[in-house]
Amino acid sequence: MAEVPATADVVVIGAGIVGNSLVHHLTRLGWRNVVQIDKGPLPNPGGSTGHASNFIFTVDHSREITDLTLDSVRQYQEMGVFTQSGGFEIARTPERMEELRRRMSSARAWGIEAELVSPEFVKDKVPFIETDQFIGAFWTPGVGVVDSLRAGTIMRERALATGELTVVPTVEVVGLDTEEGPHGRRRITRVRTTGGDIETGTVVIAAGVWSPKLGDMAGISIPLTPAVHQMISVGPCPQLAEKEGEISFPIVRDMDTFCYERQHGADMEVGSYAHRAILHEPEDIPSIDQAKLSPTELPFTSDDFDPQLEQAYELMPELLGAEGAEMRYAINGLLSLTCDGNPILGESEVAGLWTAAAVWIKEGPGVGRAVAEWMTEGHSEIDLHHSDIARFHQHQKRREHTRLRTTESFIKTYGIIHPGEQYESDRDQRLSPMHASQQKLGAVFFETAGWERPFWYESNAGLLEQYGDAVMPREHEWDSRWWSPIINAEHLRMREAAAVIDLSAFCIFDITGPGALDTVQRTCVAQCDVAVGKVVYTPVLDAKGGFRSDLTVMRLGEDHFRVVTGGAHGMADRAWFAGHLPDDEATTLTDLTDDVSTIGIWGPRARDILASLTSDDVSDAGFGFLTCREVDVRGTTVLASRISYVGELGWELYVPMESAADLWEALLEAGAPHGAVPAGIGVYGTTGRIEKGYRAYGAELDSERTIVEAGMQRPKVKVADFVGKEAYLAQREAAPAAVLCTLTVDDHTSASGMKRYMLGGEPILTADGRTLTDGHGHHPYVTSAGSAPSLGKHVLLAYLPPEEAVLGNQLAVSYMEELYPVTVGSVDATPLLDPDNERIR
Amino acid sequence: MNALDVLVCVKRVPDSTSELVLTEDGQGVDGRFAGFTMSQHEQCAVEIAVQVAAATGGAASVLTLGDGDAVEQLRAALAVGCTAATHVVADSQQLGPADVAREIAAVVRAHEADGRPHDLVLLGHDAADTGDFQVGIRLAYELGRPVVNGVTVVSVEDGVLTASGDGPDGHETYRVPLPAVVTVLEGGVEPRYPTVPGRMKAKKVPVEERGLAGTPAGAARVRWSLPPAAPSDVQVLGKGPEAAPAVVDLLEQLGVLAR
Amino acid sequence: MILVLVEKDLAGDAVEVSLETLTFARSLSEAGGGVPIDAVVVGDVPPALRSELASYGVRGVHALTGPAFDAFAGAAWASGIETVLATTRSVVVTAAGTPRGGEVLAHVAARAGVPMAANVLSFGGLSPFVVTRQVVGGQALEEMQLAGRPAVFTVAGHAVEAAPAAAAGPAEVHEHSPEVAEADLVARVVSTDEPEPDLSGGLTSARVVVGAGRGAGSADGFADLLELADLLDAPLGVSRVVTSLGWRPHHEQVGQTGSRISPDLYIPCGISGAIQHWAGCSSAKAILAINTDADAPMVTRATHAVIGDLHEVVPAINAEIRRRRTG
Repeated sequence: MAEVPATADVVVIGAGIVGNSLVHHLTRLGWRNVVQIDKGPLPNPGGSTGHASNFIFTVDHSREITDLTLDSVRQYQEMGVFTQSGGFEIARTPERMEELRRRMSSARAWGIEAELVSPEFVKDKVPFIETDQFIGAFWTPGVGVVDSLRAGTIMRERALATGELTVVPTVEVVGLDTEEGPHGRRRITRVRTTGGDIETGTVVIAAGVWSPKLGDMAGISIPLTPAVHQMISVGPCPQLAEKEGEISFPIVRDMDTFCYERQHGADMEVGSYAHRAILHEPEDIPSIDQAKLSPTELPFTSDDFDPQLEQAYELMPELLGAEGAEMRYAINGLLSLTCDGNPILGESEVAGLWTAAAVWIKEGPGVGRAVAEWMTEGHSEIDLHHSDIARFHQHQKRREHTRLRTTESFIKTYGIIHPGEQYESDRDQRLSPMHASQQKLGAVFFETAGWERPFWYESNAGLLEQYGDAVMPREHEWDSRWWSPIINAEHLRMREAAAVIDLSAFCIFDITGPGALDTVQRTCVAQCDVAVGKVVYTPVLDAKGGFRSDLTVMRLGEDHFRVVTGGAHGMADRAWFAGHLPDDEATTLTDLTDDVSTIGIWGPRARDILASLTSDDVSDAGFGFLTCREVDVRGTTVLASRISYVGELGWELYVPMESAADLWEALLEAGAPHGAVPAGIGVYGTTGRIEKGYRAYGAELDSERTIVEAGMQRPKVKVADFVGKEAYLAQREAAPAAVLCTLTVDDHTSASGMKRYMLGGEPILTADGRTLTDGHGHHPYVTSAGSAPSLGKHVLLAYLPPEEAVLGNQLAVSYMEELYPVTVGSVDATPLLDPDNERIR
Repeated sequence: MNALDVLVCVKRVPDSTSELVLTEDGQGVDGRFAGFTMSQHEQCAVEIAVQVAAATGGAASVLTLGDGDAVEQLRAALAVGCTAATHVVADSQQLGPADVAREIAAVVRAHEADGRPHDLVLLGHDAADTGDFQVGIRLAYELGRPVVNGVTVVSVEDGVLTASGDGPDGHETYRVPLPAVVTVLEGGVEPRYPTVPGRMKAKKVPVEERGLAGTPAGAARVRWSLPPAAPSDVQVLGKGPEAAPAVVDLLEQLGVLAR
Repeated sequence: MILVLVEKDLAGDAVEVSLETLTFARSLSEAGGGVPIDAVVVGDVPPALRSELASYGVRGVHALTGPAFDAFAGAAWASGIETVLATTRSVVVTAAGTPRGGEVLAHVAARAGVPMAANVLSFGGLSPFVVTRQVVGGQALEEMQLAGRPAVFTVAGHAVEAAPAAAAGPAEVHEHSPEVAEADLVARVVSTDEPEPDLSGGLTSARVVVGAGRGAGSADGFADLLELADLLDAPLGVSRVVTSLGWRPHHEQVGQTGSRISPDLYIPCGISGAIQHWAGCSSAKAILAINTDADAPMVTRATHAVIGDLHEVVPAINAEIRRRRTG
């Protein structure tokens, strides 16, 4: 057994599937002097990998998770530890069948072979299943099982073969030392272990359920919670014993009972996500010696499992009730859950301290590769922004938040989750100063990064009658869930008069000091060396030319820039800019998010309304588009920026939090005679922008997309250097592999006669339903969908193969396994509404 | 042959096969890591109860004394073939072995009064936690029945119980008329695991709940502690696979390698 | 008076644990200001036994004889002890914590309506009488107040080392042939057979035993261990957890509730060493523990140890043995 080395270039804590994958990919990418430690023995140190069910269903509604899974499958296959079994997800209810149709959309969008099949089809492959228990199934032939422990050993041995890895098992980390670096940001310096200290500048916490405990040692939050997933093993079953090998029957996920049945040689493993959420604290996980089996295989609580046992028995009575088939192994297995269900990856606020946690077997090797790339190149091939540890706002780092959210979401592991679905627990974390007023207006609140944002106002219900069918009502419950035609009414009123929109969730930070200009120039694509008082909208790229963000920058002084970005991704943007500050201490980044509120007012009457509240000049000549300046609104100094994400004349007004409620009331009061109404994020985030073809980060824009593909290139590229410039210049020279297009749905009528409205994520096919493939080998899918009430159309955005990106091209969108005709309406950023942007002036 | 009514008594105890953790108040074992179970002696007693009942066309009932969670152990016994269950609801920590024996006796007498006499009462040789080694014997005196202690094999023929186990001088056999009390040591039978239908059936069996029949005298426990580590004079030959040559040297030196 | 039940082996000598119990009783006697110690023996008291008991400080030896004591019956033995108690006014009745000792004293306590403490290791105060005893198979200790007179308890094996008294006098034998009630003879041994053929693969007589515990990891984790056992021509012995998890059959179990082994070398691999297991292997002449945890009881009690994962260490040992044999 190796001794703990005194120094390392990187220390990987953990020898589960993630840690093993990391050491392999890090050494492959050229890292030297890599040290891997685990407090348990090898090859199974006692974490979640050791008791994993090890099966992989490839289709997920999230593209990020799907990509990580597909990459993992490729790696498992290459290592020879993947056994294809096929898998069924069965539906006992019509609602589930509809969800499986939606799953087909995702399968088509991500290019995964899948099929909806009958119970008889299932019975043919799984003869011991009772067909009267379900009505249909989703068949994925590519589903398989892996040997994750073997895979871990192979990857570790490959890393060892490079001569750059030292593996030290049965050594426990007792401390992570940090020191103060530039801008007050701490950096990692040392890993203290029971086997001695390791001096190092880079550490990865890949310790699964123990990760929060390790994070605490360095003062960072890794907000995951250990949670119980129950499983039992029943056997030997003669029907299974007569087949050779570990798995010869497809895995069955019984979606409506939240269970799965997975063959293990002669045994059938039944696993469940149906029980109450049983959460643990990382500190309460037993040591290896204290545990009966392993620290993550806790005593089975049979009462919790009994209902599932009964349902599993109904489904496979002959197998589970076979003579001699006994329940010999039953555990409460621990796995990691997070508040949003995504992994926790990336560099923490402590420089050099990385995390790769809350990862399932199906994503393990893919995560190892992606994080290793990120550590090496600064970015990964697969976009990881949903999993970035920087995404968590302060309130999301609390254990209580994680506990409440995972308690609520545990049952959703196999649940039917609407894309608009909101959490109920731990709400009201961040309230804008207007919140009380908005409640009185009947605001329906959706949450973004803890902010409660009105999505629409019931107080505007009276507009429905006025606009009639122009609000594009939706007949189907699913299409109209988490939605209201009031959104479209608010939209129409904005275009007709004006709307006042609360944008308090914006993340706002100032960059000041002698290096301020250099910082924004290096991070932003657009020219930021502009006159004081100018507003710049700009993409932010990573080194390979993929989107990190898109945001606006205001130059408030020679050495003073203000960055305004969306609330959802603001924490990561702030971290990105902070990471690009020069080392001089005079240049600083100051977060104003909690000090400054933003209220938008847009519409043809916006200028009249603002003018009625200020004596300052707000005329077009006096206050041009893309400029900002302070104005006095009824005695309050407000920073006004003439910009629009909804394609209308108007301003974003930045006001101190304590004055925001007054400004809000003043705008509504002054606006009322002009017909202005409060409007929600439904307008701001979807209908307003989609009519204008404005792109949204996280939907159209992510690190796998380029400025050229998104149709956002400007004629010139600034001379100053910026992150991703080289890649961007190359992208401009090459033909795009895909082109972001705006499509309109021509006919919504389904086979049943009911009109259906897509919500996003649906595949775009040829008019007769054939698959399209772009230059990346990807298949087009809807990145954003929404009503365009001013056009009377339902609009979709999608990246199409360049040859299909032709105005007027007739294609189809597949929704719930039916085809609807669509027409390409725009092949670049040209808006469908007001293409010359006259309304904005 | 008469159908036998067998009662088997089990106790919910913390699993002690891993490193022990005591509760903060020092009154027992903290089972939250390793879980709870019944002792292996009792698992064997349950198995014997089920086998003896089946062999005579009779029925096996299970009894426990403990808090609400102890129902789990009743269900475990029901899942492997017991068909009725009695739960004396009490904090078993507050009861001494004499109390437990008296409470079991009270149940046996009550069942008898209800027309359901238990011909044979089986217990484990000792509880895995408190290790008192006496409840079965005290129960026998409470009931005025003979008791066979610490046997591994039990059978019944024509109302006569034959039980045997290893004694100091060899394998000892007892032959006792029923009704009787027997305490079982593990090793004579292989306890079965529950089946899925068995577990489902167990879930549906109503559990008879009873309160304490008497006032407990208590266990006279002051506190529990962990024994101090023994002094060590171990010679460490090395760490990991590199120690193999030193190990084989030792094997040669001890003369156990020759073949 | 302190009354000690002394068990005899087939040769008629006092068993070691009974001598330990007498030694324990003597320390109790001294603490109590010299309370006399008497012994109870079932059957004859050969002269050698009598003088041995005398050397341990016993003043009176009570022999229970007669047909009621020909075959073992716990209640009958207890009945006999009751007779002795009636004549000696004992304040303490004790015996070794053997199956017999425990059973008989449980009968005595039940009949007298007093508590009994099993497996006592030491005593604290006399008034109240506080004892420390083994619980959870010896993995924990219980401090307990033993009220009631006589105080009835058994003494755990190895609680003290057997040692004759410094100054011993002669011991007098008193023979008792009490009437034993029919009810006390109902449950008695009717036959004693030779020990059953060894199912354990020769565990109890083997010169070398390879042990395996939880460190094996799963039912599939025994291949290397079985190979080592094969190379050394040794049987495999396992800890209780291994059989309770169903990884290996019960007859391979070594411990309090399994086989007791006394090989020249025991090689426990991945066994932490609970008392329950130690009870079955403590007679090994040498112990080579292979364990990841240098602080595990099995390692600290072993004569030799290798710190490491058995799945890495054992294959290396196997390879080394093969190399030397072929080389």
